[in-house]
Order: sequence, then structure tokens, then C-alpha cells
Amino acid sequence: MESFLEFRDVTKSYGRIHAVDQVSLTVKRGEFFSLLGPSGCGKTTLLRMLAGFEQPDQGRIFLDGEDITDLPPNRRKVNTIFQNYALFPHMTVRENIAFGPRVAKRPSGEIHEEVERMLALIMLEEHAEKYPHQVSGGQKQRVAIARALINKPRVLLLDEPLAALDLKLRQHMLVELERIHDQVGITFLYVTHDQGEAMSLSDRIAVMKQGHVEQLGRPAEIYEAPVSSFVASFIGDTNFFDGEVLDTAGTDYLRLRVEGLPEVWCYNDKKKNIGDLVHLSVRPEKFRISKDVPSDEPNLNSVQARVEDIIYLGSLTRFRVRAGDVLIAVTQQHSRFLLDQEPIQWEDDVWISWHADDSYMLDRVTPESPGTNGDVGS
Amino acid sequence: MSASRHRAEWWITGPSFIWLLVLFVVPTLMIFVITFRPSDPWGGIGDGWTLETLRRIFSGHYGAIIWRTFWISAVATALCMALALPSGYFIARASLRWRSTLLLLVIIPFWTSFLIRIFAWKVLLHPDGYVKQALVFLRLMDADTSLLYRSESVLLVLVYTLLPFAILPIYAAAEKFDFSLMEAARDLGAGKIRAWLRVFLPGIQRGLVTAVVMVFIPALGSYVIPDIVGGPTSEMIGNKIAQRTFVDRNLPHASGLAAGLTLAVLAPMLMVLYMQARRPASKQGAR
Repeated sequence: MESFLEFRDVTKSYGRIHAVDQVSLTVKRGEFFSLLGPSGCGKTTLLRMLAGFEQPDQGRIFLDGEDITDLPPNRRKVNTIFQNYALFPHMTVRENIAFGPRVAKRPSGEIHEEVERMLALIMLEEHAEKYPHQVSGGQKQRVAIARALINKPRVLLLDEPLAALDLKLRQHMLVELERIHDQVGITFLYVTHDQGEAMSLSDRIAVMKQGHVEQLGRPAEIYEAPVSSFVASFIGDTNFFDGEVLDTAGTDYLRLRVEGLPEVWCYNDKKKNIGDLVHLSVRPEKFRISKDVPSDEPNLNSVQARVEDIIYLGSLTRFRVRAGDVLIAVTQQHSRFLLDQEPIQWEDDVWISWHADDSYMLDRVTPESPGTNGDVGS
Repeated sequence: MSASRHRAEWWITGPSFIWLLVLFVVPTLMIFVITFRPSDPWGGIGDGWTLETLRRIFSGHYGAIIWRTFWISAVATALCMALALPSGYFIARASLRWRSTLLLLVIIPFWTSFLIRIFAWKVLLHPDGYVKQALVFLRLMDADTSLLYRSESVLLVLVYTLLPFAILPIYAAAEKFDFSLMEAARDLGAGKIRAWLRVFLPGIQRGLVTAVVMVFIPALGSYVIPDIVGGPTSEMIGNKIAQRTFVDRNLPHASGLAAGLTLAVLAPMLMVLYMQARRPASKQGAR
């Protein structure tokens, strides 16, 4: 598929702060694309520039081959779902949905039909004559979606659309959004700081940090193969290890010296040489934890550790274990009936092990990224 | 519990109730009552009841002056709204630091006595005043035309005096307005003007109604302004009431006119209240 929406070297500054710094990215037709990042990373600014509420200082924005950078918001074939929904309080649900077509001066019979179709899509037919303050948060959300979709936008922009909803409703709306995306088949550009939302909804994700795109890829790529410590710790929990290459053992695997641990093996996909410094990210679920000594498989790393904290969550348990001075977060999935097993308890001496293929070598370490080693709580 | 709270409410609202009763409701009713009393030759109020005043008011030549009072007030209100809407909007949109400065500028005229400000206009518009001199010099008007003592000068000074009373409620409403609604309107295809008309104006509806009431009602009752910068052809009903009181010393007649003015003011007020009570749903906040 060709590029449908393109940001080309887009820059936007507020005073001396580069909110968006030379961002280039392309979105495909029909794709569910997410901009993910912490607050202040520039994701909302990027969305507002696409909607036309902000003008980029440099760079161009193309939609379906057309340069839309200088068009006012009302002449762009994109529509926005605002974080607070921004429903017009003096209009009923029906009037809100009909706003776009009315402004476009479409024939009233056609408007009526379209509004009915939209009300059916969002399943709010019986609330059509209510005012926004008379419907619930999730219903407002759906009205906002219908009000945008009725204009048949080429791209639907969603600015943290679920942030104002409680957890239960949020999960429901996730399913709803996915259904609507499948049903209407238009391109969604979704802005969020919630990695869970982005992971579960998106075809592709651009992880943003301080005005630039840190990594762009499918959810699994970003989770399993983060380019930097920032991405690794922003998407899910992870453990970081810094090591020095001792040996390149053939070409495929490296032997590392890691402070406080025995020698660690890892897969050498970055073609490192002896003496190089490497940064590893190992996800908590990649570890196996047991009281028995792990079998001596090739390329299996084993570390002896003591359990410091246990959080049992039913489907899994989060452990925090200490190996020397190093804290390591480990999660264990309970795929077998747990009560038949001898439980691991506080202060137990355990072995944790992971395969050399399951640690991932980061391209770079971002100094201010929060280390999540041993942080069981999140 | 509920009874004691009820009593507490009475204690709190009681003083202002009594104040309004003694100093507003009773005097207003007295004006209505005096209308039906005869006047005595010494400027006082006679005994007995009569419809003489009503007869004289309806046969008197008040048509022109009532019409003038109404249109001057209406035009003054329209001009005030036309000026106050953009002002209120821009003050509400200004940065916090600018906002307080601009609000101060709106309020500063109140630091000077009302009468002095009206007299200042007289100085400005006087044939020897520099506004007139400048206009003549620029050949925008000839020396024989007067800027003073005409309906237009009354209108000008009315707008000047009442403008803050329009700006402040509009600003207050605009300041609370959720401007992301304007972005939503633009996003949905509305141009700037249409977003303003279809979303912003309905959004500050209460402020607009307050502004209209705050300008139109004082304008209807204005007396000092037409007295000072107006002339015989720009008299308003307030001047007539004053004239009946102080010159003719006919209190029942003055009361009759004042009662009529009160009714004229009450009617639109009650209509506004009725309309606001009838459609509460659409007036609620956004969330």
C-alpha cells in the first residue's frame, strides 16, 4: 500500500522548546496508527497540525497526495475526536451529529438518513433527542465518534479519546473503537500515552519522545525489539543490564561481563566486538524462576537469587529477586494448576534463567529513562 | 433539622429582603398608587382617587417621545452589543497578564464621577471643543452643524456610558466558554464566522441576555445624558418625568409616566425569565 498520510520534516516550536522536531512519518490507507508517548512528547501537537489547529514552522503535511499544510481546519478531509469530546452543549445528540453535514449544506433528507445510520452505528437511537449533559461519558464518546464519522473523513484523529473514561468503560470502548474501525475502514490516527491502548488497537505505533519519533513499528516489534532503553521501559516493564563483551564465541552469541552477575550470554544481532559496551533489556516474562538448578542447556543464562517481593495476581505472579546488588523483576505465568506445585516464598533462594535469544540488545541508552529493574508494582 | 436550616436561610436572606421591600417594592407601589391621586396646586398630592392623570397621559403628546426613548435605547443596545462582543471575546482570549490589564481599562472610567464624564463629552463636542474643530479642519463637517444637542450625541454618550455593562457579562460568559468547541466546529467544516455564530454565541447566551438587559433598561430610564448632551429634539421619557416633577410639580403625572416606564421594563424582563425557565436543558454546562 502506498503512503496515504505523510508528515515530511515537520517542526513546531513554542518559544525555545521544540514540540515537534523534524518528524517524518507515513501512514497507510485504512491503517490504525498510534502516536504513543509521555506527555510533552509532541504527539498531540502533531495531531493538531494535521487537524489544522496549529501551523508547522517547517515541513509539509500530505494527505492522499495533496499538500494540506496551508489549508484551514474546515477545508481538511480529517475529523477529530477531542479528549473532552467537545460536544456542543446547546444541541441535542442528533443536532450534534448533524452539525457537519448541515454546515456542508447537504440536502436535509440525506442528512436525516445519514444521522439515523450513524445513530445505529453507535447504538444510541433512543438517546437522539437528549442533550450531551444528559448522556453518560461513554455515550458522549460515541456521539463524538459519530459526529466525526458522518463527514466521511479520510483520516479520523483521536486525541486521547479514552483518557476521561473509567477502566471498565475504557475496555468496552476499546472493543467499540476496533469494531467501528473495521466497519468504516478509514484511517485512524490515535494519540495516547497509554501503551496498553496503543498495543491492543494499532496496526503500527510511533513511539515519540521529546518531539521526535523514537521507534516506529508493529506492536510486537516495539515490545520485543525496542531500539532504546526509553522505548523498552515505556512499553511494558523490563530489566536493564550493561555489560562488556568478553568473547564473541563464533559469530552468533556474545559472552558478556555484567556487573554483579555471572557471565551472561546474549544473541549478537548488532555485530558487536570484544571490548564493546552493550545494553541489554530482558522482559520479566522471559525469565524462568524455580527452586531447582536449571538444566545445562547451551546459551541458557542462570543466576542464583533471593526472593524479595511477591505479588500474586492470579494469572501470573510478579517477583522481585536480588542477585548480589542487582534487582531483577520476574513474572511467572501460571499455565499449570498452581496449588499442586510447591510455592516459591519470601526469602527463598531461587534460580532464574533465560535464553540468550530472549534478551534484547538496545541501540542506545537514554539517560533519563526510568529503570524498571525490580519495580514489581506497575 | 430541615426546619432549622430553613430558619437559617431566612436569617441570611432576611436583611436584603427587607432592604428591597422597604426601599424598592414599597416605593414602586407608591408610584403606582400616586398615579391615581389628584394633584394639588402646591405641588403635593391631594385626597381622593381619580383617573385624571391617566386621561392626560393618554391624550398628551407622548407618542413621539416614547418612540424616541425606545429607538435610542434599542440602537444604543445594539451598538453596545456590537462593540462589546468582540471586546469581551478578545479579553477572554487574551493571555492572563493582558486580561487583567484590559479588564482594568474597561473599569477605569468608573473611577471618575458619572456627571463629570458626561460634562467632559460636552466639552469634547462643544463647537469650540477639539473634536468639532478637528472635524471642521478635516472638512468632514461644516462649522454650522452642531455635534451637541441632538439624538446622535445622546446615543453616542449612552453607548460610551453603558458599554462596560455589556462588556463585563459577555467577558464573564466568554471566559467560561470551552473554546475547544470552536475547534470542534472548525474541524467539522464550519468557517470562522459560522463557528462564531453557531457555537460561540449560543455558548455565551446567558451573558448576551444579561448584557442586553444591563444596557437596555438603564438606557430606557436615562435622564442625565439627554439632559446634558441632548436638546429639545432628543428628549427621552426620563426628561419628561423630571420635568413633571421639578418644573410642573405635578407628582401624580410624573408617577404615571414612571409607572408606565416600570411596566415597559418589567415586561421584557419577565419574558426573559420565562424563556430561561422554559428551556433549562439547553443552558447547562458542557460536561
